[in-house]
Amino acid sequence: MSAEFTASCPVPLTNYPHVLLAHGGGGRLMQQLIENVFVTAFDNPQLAARHDGATLETAGAQLAFTTDSYVVRPLFFPGGDIGTLAVNGTVNDLAMCGAQPRWLSAGFIIEEGLPMETLQRVAQSMRRTADAAGVQIVTGDTKVVDKGKGDGLFINTAGIGMRAHTGNIGPGVVRPSDAVLLSGDVGRHGMAIMSVREGLEFESPITSDCAPLAAPVLALLDAGIAVHCLRDLTRGGLCAALNEIAAAGRVQVHIEEAAVPVSEPVRGACEILGLDPLSVANEGRFVAFVAAGDADRALEILRSQPVCADAVRIGTVLANSPGLVTMRSRIGVNRVLDLLSGEQLPRIC
Amino acid sequence: MKFVDEYRDAARAQEFAEIIRRTVSRPWTIMEICGGQTHAIVKFGLDELLPRHVTLVHGPGCPVCVTPLELIDRAIALATHPGVTVCSFGDMLRVPGSRTDLLAVKARGGDVRIVYSPLDAVKLAHELPNRQVVFFAVGFETTAPANAMAVVQAQRAGLRNFSLLVAHVLVPPAMAAILSSPDNRVQGFLAAGHVCAVMGCREYEPLAAKYRVPIVVTGFEPLDILQGVQQCVEQLEAGRAEVVNPYARVVRPDGNPAAQQVLRTVFRVVPRKWRGIGEIPASGLGLREEFAEFDAEQRFGLAQLTAEESPECQSGLVLQGVKKPHECPAFGVRCTPEHPLGAPMVSSEGACAAYFRYRRPPPSQPRGEPANRPS
Repeated sequence: MSAEFTASCPVPLTNYPHVLLAHGGGGRLMQQLIENVFVTAFDNPQLAARHDGATLETAGAQLAFTTDSYVVRPLFFPGGDIGTLAVNGTVNDLAMCGAQPRWLSAGFIIEEGLPMETLQRVAQSMRRTADAAGVQIVTGDTKVVDKGKGDGLFINTAGIGMRAHTGNIGPGVVRPSDAVLLSGDVGRHGMAIMSVREGLEFESPITSDCAPLAAPVLALLDAGIAVHCLRDLTRGGLCAALNEIAAAGRVQVHIEEAAVPVSEPVRGACEILGLDPLSVANEGRFVAFVAAGDADRALEILRSQPVCADAVRIGTVLANSPGLVTMRSRIGVNRVLDLLSGEQLPRIC
Repeated sequence: MKFVDEYRDAARAQEFAEIIRRTVSRPWTIMEICGGQTHAIVKFGLDELLPRHVTLVHGPGCPVCVTPLELIDRAIALATHPGVTVCSFGDMLRVPGSRTDLLAVKARGGDVRIVYSPLDAVKLAHELPNRQVVFFAVGFETTAPANAMAVVQAQRAGLRNFSLLVAHVLVPPAMAAILSSPDNRVQGFLAAGHVCAVMGCREYEPLAAKYRVPIVVTGFEPLDILQGVQQCVEQLEAGRAEVVNPYARVVRPDGNPAAQQVLRTVFRVVPRKWRGIGEIPASGLGLREEFAEFDAEQRFGLAQLTAEESPECQSGLVLQGVKKPHECPAFGVRCTPEHPLGAPMVSSEGACAAYFRYRRPPPSQPRGEPANRPS
């Protein structure tokens, strides 16, 4: 404890010597882990862009390349399973680079004792999801670990996509006055998982929003919309995505709480558990930052796609407080929309 | 959504704010007891709707924040024991003890589990007969009945591997401690609606009479809180000091007799240390002699493990409403949710966490947006 430290309170935990679950929660601790360990070790211009995937140029072709690992419990949930997540998650990361997803790899880490029937169901599900998203799973790997050393099944997928549009897409391109568009209601995937995991039963079951997002993104680009940044909403939800973009793009993002669609069952479940739907995970939603003049046309295009039928404009980019996300609440007061530290934890009372 | 939207109505909120503005003639300081109310106030920006004459200060009603350091150290000591499974509500896991927190113990292999109900911990004790399952029982009168019920169920089932690490605290003694402090600035209270749902309103009447303060039983939605402030200000202006209950949709005057019954069966009133405040006589609950076998401190011989707060800690001033979170020099600089110096920055009900999460930097309107503070 340093000498000038007068507001001591109890001992500060300045650095955790071990990895905590919260380091994977999509919040600020995870950003610190990525910055301190991985960016330090692997530093290069593509990684520094801090986008969902890397965009690369080779032999005149514009490629997008990304990878993601899937560790969901339970393996099957309303609206999807680990296989649909593993395909759509990587497909969506490629789409957020403005690319047409083409090829995926799939690596399986299987815990000894997993029923063969489960693995077959997951594989079939991946096949169907890949067909729907227009991608092929062209290479793979299988490892089996001792019983107790895995949680049934972990899947890693990597993907390559082709970029037909050469414009830059990323937080660095976002400008003040840009419109912030959201592709649909938020919070369904996280609450679907949580309701199964915690045995919560609601009158109408909440189903995951898991879906491929390449079609609406490419429709925007094909129509010549000035798309400045795209981000699919996964862990940490809308709140984390907007905070990442505000921080990386050095802009203020201001949204209207009342404009963000949340379904009644998701709102109800979040109220009961004390969670904020804006920080709950999604698997089939994205935000698009587009030039202000293109906003109405972009919404029209998005709404013509079934997966984005409820797309709305939720806010605007401002220059005032770079790095900050602000929200006008339902009762008309502005406040900060902060990134959570780790995972959201249900409240005590 | 029914039973939520009608209590968040923007137009009605402005109406209440207008009534408060018309009522107030001089400065008043009102404390909301519960951390849930603090978060609603800061999250919805309710204090920005109030006239400058009305100051809301934030009370000690965050169970995680007031749980004393030594009990957290005891929970951590239990969690490092290879035969013990420690269960608690999620919030408790990130609060630093003297050297570490429960999440870090979990990362090193300790069996620490988040549960949603103490009855889940009883179930776990059934499922893990070869392990000792300890539930870290924190909270005010709100959580105590369910924790008492867990002990009753464990006794009925003859469970020998279930125990409670009890850290329960009581609201009225804390209010008395705040009101009798020489630094006190609180002139009226918004009582914690959920605590009153269990205990009723009558135990606040002696406080209102002795200290001449109005006490308004208040809920957690924006309109509940504005109505609580309005009724409190009305009494202050009129020179009255009464206990009133506008939160009657949830709170009955006598509370929940069944919950009080199980609470009294299992627990007795004991002196309790409050983190950042110190020991307050008759301010906590401990297990009665008949249930001593379920007391983790006795079962594992933890009483000798003690820890003292630094005398310089400012979280006590925040918890007593003497200081606002951003008046602490460490706020947002050396003390953040990732590196909390005190529990109020950790808990989802802590006042410092509310200010950090919803109000950083201090409140400002984006340029071009209408200002919300009424003139």
